[in-house]
Amino acid sequence: MRVGLFVTCVNDTLYPRTGRAVVTLLERLGVRVDFPAEQSCCGQPLFNTGYRHRTEPLLRRYAAAFSDHDYIVTPSGSCAAMVRDNYPRIAAKAAAEGRGGAVPEAVTEAAARTYELTEFLVDVLGVTDVGARYPHTVTYHPTCHGLRVLGLGDRPRRLLEHVEGLELRELPGAEECCGFGGTFAVKNPAVSAAMGADKARAVTATGARTLCTVDNSCLMHLGGILAREGSPVRPVHIAEILAGAEDDPEPPHGTARGGGAR
Amino acid sequence: MTGTYLGMPSFPRAAEASTRDARLRANLRRATGTIRAKRDRAVAELDDWERLRAAGAAVKDRTLRHLDHYLVQLEESVTRAGGTVHWAADAAEANRIVTGLVLATGEREVVKVKSMATQETGLNGALAAAGIRAYETDLAELIVQLGDDLPSHILVPAIHRNRSEIRDIFRSRMADWGLPAPEGLTDSPADLAEAARLHLREKFLRAKVAVSGANFAVAETGTLVVVESEGNGRMCLTLPETLISVVGIEKVVPTWRDLEIFLQLLPRSSTAERMNPYTSMWAGTTDGDGPRAFHLVLLDNGRTDTLADTTGRRALRCIRCSACLNVCPVYERAGGHAYGSPYPGPIGAVLTPQLRGLASPLEESLPFASSLCGACFEACPVAIDIPEILVHLRERVAEGGPVTIRGTRTVIRPAKRHGAERAVMAAAGWALDHPRALRRGQRLLARTRGLHPRRLPGPGRAWSDTRDLPDVPPESFRDWWARTRGGTGRAGGTS
Amino acid sequence: MNGQSSRELILGRVRRALRDVPATEQPAGHPVPRDYAEKHGERSHDATVGLLAENLADYRALVHRTDAPGLPALLARLLRERGARRVAVPAGLPAGWLAGADAEFLLDSPDLTARVLDSVDSVITGCALAIAETGTVVLDAGPDQGSRRLTLVPDHHICVVRTGDQVVDSVPQAVRRLSPARPLTWISGPSATSDIELERVEGVHGPRTLEVVLVTGDPREVTGDSREP
Repeated sequence: MRVGLFVTCVNDTLYPRTGRAVVTLLERLGVRVDFPAEQSCCGQPLFNTGYRHRTEPLLRRYAAAFSDHDYIVTPSGSCAAMVRDNYPRIAAKAAAEGRGGAVPEAVTEAAARTYELTEFLVDVLGVTDVGARYPHTVTYHPTCHGLRVLGLGDRPRRLLEHVEGLELRELPGAEECCGFGGTFAVKNPAVSAAMGADKARAVTATGARTLCTVDNSCLMHLGGILAREGSPVRPVHIAEILAGAEDDPEPPHGTARGGGAR
Repeated sequence: MTGTYLGMPSFPRAAEASTRDARLRANLRRATGTIRAKRDRAVAELDDWERLRAAGAAVKDRTLRHLDHYLVQLEESVTRAGGTVHWAADAAEANRIVTGLVLATGEREVVKVKSMATQETGLNGALAAAGIRAYETDLAELIVQLGDDLPSHILVPAIHRNRSEIRDIFRSRMADWGLPAPEGLTDSPADLAEAARLHLREKFLRAKVAVSGANFAVAETGTLVVVESEGNGRMCLTLPETLISVVGIEKVVPTWRDLEIFLQLLPRSSTAERMNPYTSMWAGTTDGDGPRAFHLVLLDNGRTDTLADTTGRRALRCIRCSACLNVCPVYERAGGHAYGSPYPGPIGAVLTPQLRGLASPLEESLPFASSLCGACFEACPVAIDIPEILVHLRERVAEGGPVTIRGTRTVIRPAKRHGAERAVMAAAGWALDHPRALRRGQRLLARTRGLHPRRLPGPGRAWSDTRDLPDVPPESFRDWWARTRGGTGRAGGTS
Repeated sequence: MNGQSSRELILGRVRRALRDVPATEQPAGHPVPRDYAEKHGERSHDATVGLLAENLADYRALVHRTDAPGLPALLARLLRERGARRVAVPAGLPAGWLAGADAEFLLDSPDLTARVLDSVDSVITGCALAIAETGTVVLDAGPDQGSRRLTLVPDHHICVVRTGDQVVDSVPQAVRRLSPARPLTWISGPSATSDIELERVEGVHGPRTLEVVLVTGDPREVTGDSREP
């Protein structure tokens, strides 16, 4: 099984810990991970702001970088959704507008091989107990693209429920958007901040010490609000919890049971 | 008279003011919270909801793809049933037609059933200019009219008002329009409803002309359908001698049988009821029962321009249930007025810029009034992929492209105010397609991490006013991979 | 006014807007999947009538049951309890139904204007059918129902439903039985509004009290000499 890691530009630049955690986790589960360096951004910020044409080179780049992987795994619900939901549409439009060639099939085919991390774990590897330990209280926010576009359902929760020592706290109004929305946060800052503040309040009220999602972009927004408010809640990507993340220099962190990380 | 939407500020500015209005936020949170839970229960009762939804979408698509055929068929059916059909290319023409019909009766007042189409055309103002007084009879429309206010919700135009505000409006304004509010009026919803009943009773009994909209118009039979709760619709549709219905051309459905789909989808999505209290259906006129004259005004007003765009066209499936408003986190915080049109919320954000075109900074800002969370698409009973249309319209704003304006196909240029953004996006697009350059940028960012401010100047303030910035790590993922896996690209990790 | 030219203008715009639709595509050629349910759940006819009663009551209609011979006495009691003195009735209402009642009856006619109806206490009608899943009665202005204003202006409406042949399960079944040639009024509970804080409140412009009488047997045969059981 050839598995390519699509780390995403946000994780590459700002949250390399999450990418390292995915590698640790997948290798512990016996998966050899490849990281094609030609990969870049999925193009979501451009696309969602109205610059569809600018994303076309990124589609071609994605299809080429991952052309010979059986599975493409990404620790981001919204980037996976961008690839799976929008790449085929963008490719089809490019073809219709006379800029396609053979690329649309390659893109559509690569999109179909793309999995968000928790989907890959549960659906492809068939595991829900990944041997992680994380002795902390956690509340889980299902991010919109994971919830509504990918239909992740209870996969992330099932994985979290099997983590040793982890106590899951129910998040009231969990399915409501956190207000990030990419450039929405900048174009409509007041509404974005109001949504984020309401979500942060709900998170803090759970009493959990960790806020977990499948997307670092939402966590960047919520974490920024929580930090500004001086909240004790720490944003942590689900990959880091599932990895045990023993190389994580910042507390709190988990450790893998049985020391099988490397 | 109700105000107008002209000269409204762009969405972000109006919404910012709303987010600071604690009372508005509380009113909207309470109302939308109530209806969300009820809607979930009403929808869960039907295990074939997704199939109904697909059927509803397909009927609307069939109608839209053959709209000319069904409009002509509707005209024939209504005429055969004793009605008269008028065609209005735009708002001004619709208002001229209605005003002329009212004046021809010799009457100087009309009763009105809540109608989105006449809100859109600004009919009340046009009637007033012709010396005709229009009385809104829907409770929420009455609240809006008495308060010199604007509607802020499709189903409940006064959703931004709570019970005590409504009591104050009734007490201070009812006397100006007819029967004053009862002495000692309380703010209990039952008392407020009773006050509206008393205030409007005399108007219904003496009315000779009514103006309505319609939820559906059946091409096959000429049947018009008005779905309502209070009975004001029945009053207007049956007591006056003349009935004028102003209906958007996209409201037509092909067959009588199609109603079995929409009469299941609409009430549960709208008021979260198994069925709304009253639904009226009529074709033309009936001897001895109801109006002696019936006029149907078919309204275009930007709908054919919307129809010309194969992606944007799907917005015309809308049956005005307002489920998308009720589940929208942006609507809940921005309020309906920020959308600057009778169609607020997610559906407004896709309809208004298409019906009116990208006419001003307001229309240009509406496609961006969403975090693309997808709750609207999930709730929509006719499966309109609102996020997809929003992104499509963002492209029209950012990059320009082909559009149809009043029936003429043209290519518009990118919006003026997006020049700087376009330059940034072009640079970003280039850098993202050149990983080496990107990597140099990452390293520069990492080397200077000690110097990064906590708060950003300029446009970045929009982010950092309310949120801390993330720390930049000393090493990017790709550098870590190269360092620990001994190379770049495929060499590391591939067996 | 340029009605004719606006008609051509709009139809022309529509046709130009639809140039992506193949010229060969017929209107009925665009598929509509109709695999939605004909009705929701399997029930005996008695259970369907029970569901109708439950859903009517859920939206604050008052529901009564009787057999055909008991109908006149029940109607008389409901009017008496209401204190109704002036009662409007459609011209085709079986005369036997009113046998036991002590009230002034006004027959539906063009003279029975909205203003006159405004001074009427109650109205009694039959119906075209009733829908169990939604708790709805449908009037089609038939002889035992009268004109639409009759059931609108008075504040109290008593509607008689024959459980034997007038109760259907679902909206699709109802639509198939109803005639689009007649003016229809679908009634689900008394008039109501959700316009204040999206909370449902009963009682605005239509009848604020709706009583539905579910009657077994054939009340069209009722002569009026029976007693309420």
